[in-house]
Amino acid sequence: MKSTKVLVPSGVLGLGFDLKALNTGIKNKPDIIAIDGGSTDSGPFSLGSGTSKYSRAAVKEEWKSLMKAREQAKIPLIIGSCGTCGTDSMVDWMEEITIELAKELNQNLKIAKLYCEQQKHYIKINYKNNKISSLNPAPHLNLSLIDEMTHIVALAGAEQIHECFKTGADIILAGRTSDTAIISALPLMKGADPGASWHGAKIAECGALCSSNPTSGVVLVEFDEFGFNVEAMSKNAFCTPDTVAAHMLYENADPFILLEPGGYMNVTNACYYPINSSKVRVEGATWHPSKNYNVKLEGARIVGYQTSLLVLLRDHYYVKNVIEWTEKLSNFMKKEIKLRMKLDISDYCLDFRHIGMNSTLGDLEKKEGNPVEIGVLCIVTSKNNNISTEIAKLINPFLLHFPLTVNEELPTFAFPYSPVHSDRGCVYEFSLNHLLQLNNPMDAFQIQISEV
Amino acid sequence: MSTLGEKVKNIRSKNAGPFWITIDIFCGNKKVYDDICINLNNLDVANLLMIDSKNLKRFEIENLKVIKFSFPRNIIQGNIYDRDMHGAQLGILLSEMSY
Repeated sequence: MKSTKVLVPSGVLGLGFDLKALNTGIKNKPDIIAIDGGSTDSGPFSLGSGTSKYSRAAVKEEWKSLMKAREQAKIPLIIGSCGTCGTDSMVDWMEEITIELAKELNQNLKIAKLYCEQQKHYIKINYKNNKISSLNPAPHLNLSLIDEMTHIVALAGAEQIHECFKTGADIILAGRTSDTAIISALPLMKGADPGASWHGAKIAECGALCSSNPTSGVVLVEFDEFGFNVEAMSKNAFCTPDTVAAHMLYENADPFILLEPGGYMNVTNACYYPINSSKVRVEGATWHPSKNYNVKLEGARIVGYQTSLLVLLRDHYYVKNVIEWTEKLSNFMKKEIKLRMKLDISDYCLDFRHIGMNSTLGDLEKKEGNPVEIGVLCIVTSKNNNISTEIAKLINPFLLHFPLTVNEELPTFAFPYSPVHSDRGCVYEFSLNHLLQLNNPMDAFQIQISEV
Repeated sequence: MSTLGEKVKNIRSKNAGPFWITIDIFCGNKKVYDDICINLNNLDVANLLMIDSKNLKRFEIENLKVIKFSFPRNIIQGNIYDRDMHGAQLGILLSEMSY
């Protein structure tokens, strides 16, 4: 069996990679270039709004380098989880960028688009038919929660990517896809060991994060019927058994088991050997197909609209008494909001954070310092944008002037900018941590072909 | 009194999806690894993180000299009361714990 080489330029498109290393990678004659477009790691906003976390300019520039490398090597180029969240709108966004670049570079291309977004009625039918099961922990699912979600995606696995390969496309733009499947799909199709295919994919999914030099980006994974080799492509990056094995721990709740569509991988018996100073050989992972074919679902819903205010306290007396000050201010504001806006405390949420004190860890903070200043961040959330703005405007003068006791000079704190309130718009919440059982892997996915 | 962070090579924490956080303690050598396997107990870690110890998963990975803890987030990533979306500052609590 001929080995299968997958070139992974970086952990995600938009974060940058070493162009010289990419060039070295191409010289190694890979069979495919595979890169991820994102995940849930940046928070619920991307999926909730169906937009990219990364700038279009960064994505376009990096995609241009990859399209040029693909043209030079005459191999397929695949991106999974287009535009961070992998909604249909983000697959179309990547297509738009690809078409612009094809024209600029004078390339003729066949593009396969894999759509992974789910319609609410389809999810409801599957929910009623008991085809949706919870992972642990999961929000309590019901029909009204499904209705509240702005976007729901299913994570594609290797099977859906195989269907894309069959189209003979030069470029595959996949919606939400398991980070590993874009890498494992080709070796699996070419007959590499399934355990090694998934294990190598997991190791390389963040690019050179499995090496001594994470920011260099580019790694090459070579798969065969017994295992895989992984090598960093930058001159200044080295893969060692420790750097490679340690990556199994990264962002993984269980360091031995990885759940994927159609089964799970177990690396308990994997062995890592150095081949030379920068290349590692890995064997021993096993693949266990499941009885049912399940794909993971992700969804986000709107929980409200936010407005924030920031005030800076430099006066030592107020810095020392900031907790008492905030409690008094908060209680006073709740009465004012009731009196002037006729709102109960259940209609909105008022959250004060003390920057310089415990704003990162909250109640978990164990250390007490002696800060020269404290930033008080006030976050207002309600069901309506106007209400949040109104509450923030009501708070504004008191945040500036609220005295600790009645018998003292009115203080004036520091507002760092004007306007003081910042409307943050819609805020979202992840609302699904579930599996969807499919009879056929393509049941929840669609492929469309376009030519440019 | 020294801290766990002074004893080991590195401690890091990170989201493992929006619903879990995982903390990796890289011990650096076998002696430290063996010592921590015996002397770092789950209840102390759970109390530090204010979670139920029943929800704390512990993995001892001898070949890497790593002890790993994973647990469901008290607050889902990015919810309005979340303070650290990537959960990457939480490991500092373990670094600073007395050991």
